[in-house]
Amino acid sequence: MNIINIEHIAKIYQVGTEEVHALADVSIRIDKNEYVAIMGPSGSGKSTLMNILGCLDTPTKGLYDFKGQNVSQMNDNELASIRNREIGFVFQTFNLLARSDALHNVELPLIYAGVPTAERRERAQAALENVGLADRMRHKPNELSGGQRQRVAVARALVTNPAIILADEPTGNLDTKTGEDIMALFQEINSSGNTIILVTHEEYIAEHAERIIRLRDGLIEKDEVVKERLVPNGNKHF
Amino acid sequence: MKNFLFEVKEGLIISLKAIRANKARSVLTTLGIIIGVASVVLMSTAIKGINQSFQKGVASLGSDNLYIDKWAWFNNDIPWWEMRNRKDITMEDYKKYKELAKLPLAIAPRVNAFRTIKYEDKSVQSIAMTGTDHNYINTTNLTFSEGRFFTEFESKGGRAVVVLGSEIAKKLFPFGGAIGEFVKIGGYKFKVVGVLKEQGSWVMGSWNPDNQAYFPFQNVFKYFRSRHRGSVTIEVRAPNSQMVEAVKEEAISIMRRIRGLKYNEKDDFAINQQEGLLSNINKTVGVIQIAGLLITGLALFVGAIGIMNIMFVSVKERTKEIGIRKAIGAKRRTILGQFISEAAIICLIGGLIGLGVAIIGSMIIAQFDFPVTVDADAVILAVSISLITGVLSGFAPAYTASKLDPVDALRYE
Repeated sequence: MNIINIEHIAKIYQVGTEEVHALADVSIRIDKNEYVAIMGPSGSGKSTLMNILGCLDTPTKGLYDFKGQNVSQMNDNELASIRNREIGFVFQTFNLLARSDALHNVELPLIYAGVPTAERRERAQAALENVGLADRMRHKPNELSGGQRQRVAVARALVTNPAIILADEPTGNLDTKTGEDIMALFQEINSSGNTIILVTHEEYIAEHAERIIRLRDGLIEKDEVVKERLVPNGNKHF
Repeated sequence: MKNFLFEVKEGLIISLKAIRANKARSVLTTLGIIIGVASVVLMSTAIKGINQSFQKGVASLGSDNLYIDKWAWFNNDIPWWEMRNRKDITMEDYKKYKELAKLPLAIAPRVNAFRTIKYEDKSVQSIAMTGTDHNYINTTNLTFSEGRFFTEFESKGGRAVVVLGSEIAKKLFPFGGAIGEFVKIGGYKFKVVGVLKEQGSWVMGSWNPDNQAYFPFQNVFKYFRSRHRGSVTIEVRAPNSQMVEAVKEEAISIMRRIRGLKYNEKDDFAINQQEGLLSNINKTVGVIQIAGLLITGLALFVGAIGIMNIMFVSVKERTKEIGIRKAIGAKRRTILGQFISEAAIICLIGGLIGLGVAIIGSMIIAQFDFPVTVDADAVILAVSISLITGVLSGFAPAYTASKLDPVDALRYE
């Protein structure tokens, strides 16, 4: 079943008098429970694609169909609502609210979704327990290690049961060991039925996914299935 | 509706958290509002106090009273020199008027002299000594805390007896016991027969009954000034307020007769009334009000600009935070609401502190016999003004925040 179906999308920025084609012509389909990595050097358009996939931005041209809804025509509020319900973001720099504790950070999407206090507390706690941070709920981001912060971010992404998890260089600010742990967490999330889109420029990280889409100059260079998937913590299997 | 309330509640909680996280800045921001609200509240209660004092002071004169006088209290049509050149109203004029007038309830003459009153080593200066007769008490609403007004017998005899206003009595006899004692007025001894209850108000100045002393008029002519210099005021009380006009008409015709005016000559006397005083007071209070509100409004405006400024800085500083919130699903109106309620809460806190300052300030001012009390109206005023200021000054920054593009905002460092 298709969750994401983008057809011939383009994103054109006006820089001075010049038009910059950040994305020229891209078509992708992503199924439920897929684990896709998007790769490309800087300037390839992967950030732009991620923003469009994450409904943070809309394409200049083309169609973006998200679970049957035409996202390319949506206004700001509709996009916010899609982001809130259907997309869980995990960023390279974690992007947690610095002044709020872990629990509040995880609760935040539920607040915007209008979930009543008691229920959202329960769900946020469950999400934090799920990423192994049951004992860190009342800690603020600056009292947590990088890996722990990224776990909070993952918990926040998962708490609304979104259709996709969109991770932008999730291991970029972490050391190898901690990065591995996060990748293991993604593996686990994927196994329990979540769809994951991973944006990265590291081959090694991308090979944890089932499928790699390679971008160059705003076009898809290659869309391939990973034959030898890396399993976190060094063991290859499949 | 339930959804809306939920959003409002969550917005308020988020705003409170943000305010708490930026304590120092929030306190500085509220300073402008504290000063603004405190001055608005103080000013409005002060104006109310002044107004009430005026009303009370005027009321103490009695609303059914007329004052036949050489000088008009408020009449800008007659040049002052014309009034100055009028013949004085004499005691003879008073006696004739009293004989002829049928309508008034009570009539009394009044002549004034300003003198120092002494008792032992204590003294009060420049007291308006009112020389009058025993009928005077019936033209006023004066009440006594001790003793009585002087009697017909004392009045006719021009005895050296005196009735003291409450303020004077308080200063000369701080522990009471004034009755029967002798005070010295301009060097002459007078026996205290009565002390008035407090009744006037400070705005009346020397004419506040609390600051006056009363004795038989003959004493004025005997000790303080010639019978032939200075004008007498005739105080007239109408039986009731419906009769005031009739009493006035009668007074005009009698006075014209006494003064021997021809039909084509203008009145050379004035019939003064409390009403004129009131309208004059209302004009004065109105001017004070406008000036006061302008000044305090300015203070508040400066406070509001401060809030707006800080909120703009805050939005800029928290661009990343706004980006995060938007990325995880905050709608435009959510962000708008968050920042507006932040500004409103800061202002409300400032307003409440300002109110506290105003209450303390009014207590201090009240120590100087200036009647100010912060009442429920002032509380409502302070709260609503600070809320409105918050919402208005928070709107522009909040709108800017709500319009931020999530992609740009997330990239902001």
